[in-house]
Amino acid sequence: MTHALKRRTLLLEGARDTVPMLVGAAPFGVIFGTLAIAAGLSPATALGMSVLVFAGSSQFIGVSLIGAGTALPVLWLTTFVVNLRHALYSATLLPYARDWPLRWRWPLAFWLTDETFAVVEHRFRTKGTDGGQWYWLASSLAMYGNWLFWTMVGVSLGQSLPGLANLGLDFAMGATFAAIVAPQLKRRPALGAALAASAVAMLARGLPYKLDLMLAAVVGVATGLLLEQWHKGKEQTA
Amino acid sequence: MNHWLAIGGMMLLTVLIRASFLVFGQRLAFPDWLNRALHYVPAAVLSALVVPMALAPAGTVDISLHNAYLPGIIVAALVAWKSGKTLLAIVISFVVYGVWRWGLGL
Repeated sequence: MTHALKRRTLLLEGARDTVPMLVGAAPFGVIFGTLAIAAGLSPATALGMSVLVFAGSSQFIGVSLIGAGTALPVLWLTTFVVNLRHALYSATLLPYARDWPLRWRWPLAFWLTDETFAVVEHRFRTKGTDGGQWYWLASSLAMYGNWLFWTMVGVSLGQSLPGLANLGLDFAMGATFAAIVAPQLKRRPALGAALAASAVAMLARGLPYKLDLMLAAVVGVATGLLLEQWHKGKEQTA
Repeated sequence: MNHWLAIGGMMLLTVLIRASFLVFGQRLAFPDWLNRALHYVPAAVLSALVVPMALAPAGTVDISLHNAYLPGIIVAALVAWKSGKTLLAIVISFVVYGVWRWGLGL
């Protein structure tokens, strides 16, 4: 395959694998746009937030804090806490991207979301990283364009569509996450990590600022690691 | 409040967290246990996102016939587990979810 053709294939695959995530994120983009206007942001700042911040959960919390007139340090501290999980994603993807030039790593880091992390990590783990930056780029751009488009729709509607949140489009995201994670659970420690994380996520799901997710991730990872150690110990004594 | 200042700060914090390891961690040599720990991040995070959606899509636990998320997500996981085909699993789960939610009249 020629270089250009291969690049096009990679771009297409990255975008294709991200499609269910686009469906899942769309209603949230619209809701964000309408919420931002309701909170007193101008159409330009509402769209500007999607262009510059590009992080769904912190944007939601951000506009409600801005609407409530919260002091800037509180707003920023909240943004920091809500986005902490992205440091985990950044660390997990680093081994694949370590040798890429900065002109790749900066923009890909800027566009790193839950959805692109799930899609790209899955790809790299199962198919390797050959030409992976193009695949990753396409997933990022698809998420970015989609988010900007639906924010704009929400901003121009200016008021929430009744029932939009209850359409159930977020199922597309959940189904994709489930399909990506299930085959990983054939290994005992990974299954343990998933079960522990799920239990914590269920128990902690009332916690604010996505702390439930962070807590679940930490407990899950620790469980996986402990089970791995324990298995090794058993093999050595056997 | 200056909204652009608020957004500028949010942008800076968000991009710095995302860039933390990817951009600034290039020379970091993770200890072995950390490398192994990172392998469990996807399993832990994705399960923590999916399981509450399946069991409590509206925030409270709902294990009933009215909760189409539950069968849909179980099917997605089972098909992916058995076949290893992500796309197939997603498509079949959409059908199950759609029929359950809108077709059965539950």
